[in-house]
Amino acid sequence: MTPMVKAEGVHKSFGHAHILKGIDLEVAQGEVFCLVGPSGSGKSTFLRCINHLEKISAGRLWVDGDLVGYRQKGDKLYELKEREVAAQRRDIGMVFQRFNLFPHMTAVENVMEAPVQVKGETRAVARERALKLLDRVGLGERTDHYPSQLSGGQQQRVAIARALAMEPKLMLFDEPTSALDPELVGEVLDVMRDLAEDGMTMIVVTHEMGFAREVGDSLVFMDDGVVVESGHPREVLTNPRHERTKAFLSKVL
Amino acid sequence: MSDPEEKVPAPTVSITKDSGGAGGTGPVAKSSPVPPEAVKAIPVRHYGRWISAVVVLVVLAMLVSAFANAQIGWSTVGDYLDHETIIAGAINTLWITLLAMLLGVVLGTILAVMRLSKNPVMSSVAWGYIWVFRGTPVLVQLLLWYNLALIFPVLDLGFYRDEMNDVMTPFLAALLGLGLNEAAYMAEISRAGIQSVDEGQTEAAHALGMTRARTMRRIVLPQAMRVIIPPTGNEFINMLKTSSLAYAIQYGELLLSATKISSRNLAVMELLLVATIWYLLLTSVFSVGQYYLERHFQRGSTRSLPSTPWQKVKANLFSLRSPSQGGV
Ligand SMILES: Nc1ncnc2c1ncn2[C@@H]1O[C@H](COP(=O)(O)OP(=O)(O)O)[C@@H](O)[C@H]1O
Ligand SMILES: [Mg+2]
Repeated sequence: MTPMVKAEGVHKSFGHAHILKGIDLEVAQGEVFCLVGPSGSGKSTFLRCINHLEKISAGRLWVDGDLVGYRQKGDKLYELKEREVAAQRRDIGMVFQRFNLFPHMTAVENVMEAPVQVKGETRAVARERALKLLDRVGLGERTDHYPSQLSGGQQQRVAIARALAMEPKLMLFDEPTSALDPELVGEVLDVMRDLAEDGMTMIVVTHEMGFAREVGDSLVFMDDGVVVESGHPREVLTNPRHERTKAFLSKVL
Repeated sequence: MSDPEEKVPAPTVSITKDSGGAGGTGPVAKSSPVPPEAVKAIPVRHYGRWISAVVVLVVLAMLVSAFANAQIGWSTVGDYLDHETIIAGAINTLWITLLAMLLGVVLGTILAVMRLSKNPVMSSVAWGYIWVFRGTPVLVQLLLWYNLALIFPVLDLGFYRDEMNDVMTPFLAALLGLGLNEAAYMAEISRAGIQSVDEGQTEAAHALGMTRARTMRRIVLPQAMRVIIPPTGNEFINMLKTSSLAYAIQYGELLLSATKISSRNLAVMELLLVATIWYLLLTSVFSVGQYYLERHFQRGSTRSLPSTPWQKVKANLFSLRSPSQGGV
């Protein structure tokens, strides 16, 4: 089976700042893949490369067998047009640390927006599925609320529903619970756990080691733009082999 | 699946019990229980305030009496306020203001998007446009458009060909002069509005597979409106006044109508006053409209809206009658 995500020697620089220094990894279909590491190590940058919000500087990156952002003909690489990049992104859902809901739309309108605008679905069809998704994330009662009228946990669940509305084959989570008050973290993790049980392929950047241990299928520790250590979450978390991993885990556990 | 019942209730929209003008006319009851003993002290006397008020009132009285005794035919002013030429001029003023603003807003938004474009040609062209049109007087621009026939006697667009003099009417020259100038100002206003929208919004839209153009139209511009609307209202009111410059190119707006009449009856000052009164009327009406428009666009950003002047008056009336409830 083709891996859902495959990275080969991925580098990324911003000007002179060399942020990703050769990332190699594979995420299998249906896998819950946890990415941990200190702040500034390049986790968000790597996630953003996967859906081409950032262009990689060197290396190769595939999602479900397709090169991200490029087409290869012979040994030449052609950049994809804006439309083609947008089409690739449809299949990749992304959930942000700061939710990034559209504040001028209600919860249900947030969820309907992309199916209607991008897929050209009718409003009726999109609305019906949006209501089902909001119900699924436990917000069936708050479909007509504006984001400013929802708690952080509720906003993040709407954001997950919004990403799911495009029926993605891969979901990227960038510290989805880091901006939440501690008592609201659980409700978001519950939704993610449910999604994992459903077989969704997920890459999760998180500091919630409990979640990683319970739900994760594999875990990668990243530091300073390189993968330091990877393996099964329970193994890495209980028996870290590298000093840097040990130092990091002693701070977050 | 997570719990269906919500642990944390959504913050509800709170209705503030604003008791009206904070400056407080009349006894306004605050909600503190049994008030402690009031402070008894001799207040500071503001002699300076009294003196300055008297001075201002005296000057005002002198001005009024000067105007009353001046050789102004006030009855002429009254007669011409609703003269049909004046009304037609006022309508033309309104019309050119609306059209020039429309041109300014549409072109200004396009310029703002160009200015923010990553394409250096686009952003430089927009920069140059703004530089030229903001850096030259509107009156000069109006005259340039009006006299275009001097350098381009014939307008030839390929599919359309005509004498420039026939095409460049006072109306078209006024529209281009005022509208293109306005676009430069609106471009800066729109740019500030677009830049006020959080970058996370664009990112979220792109991640959902929306193209740049669609993201701009569906996500960014609607949110930029809140920042764009208030200064646009000011621009509109400015345009009502600036349109009087079109008088210089024979466009039949308010000022030209007034001077046309006064060139016949020689009541120069009277007709200028007629125009003044009409301008004041128009700008006042639109200022009130602007107030309510801004209030409307605050919805969603603040949880409670400030009360309107009329609501304040009502609140004060009620609080005078029954000091115990100063509600809206
Ligand atoms: N657009 C950008 N331009 C310049 N530097 C950036 C940009 N985005 C991220 N960086 C830098 O890249 C480094 C890694 O950032 P990030 O991927 O957000 O780390 P993490 O998510 O692991 O905390 C940081 O030092 C950050 O300042
Ligand atoms: Mg990050």
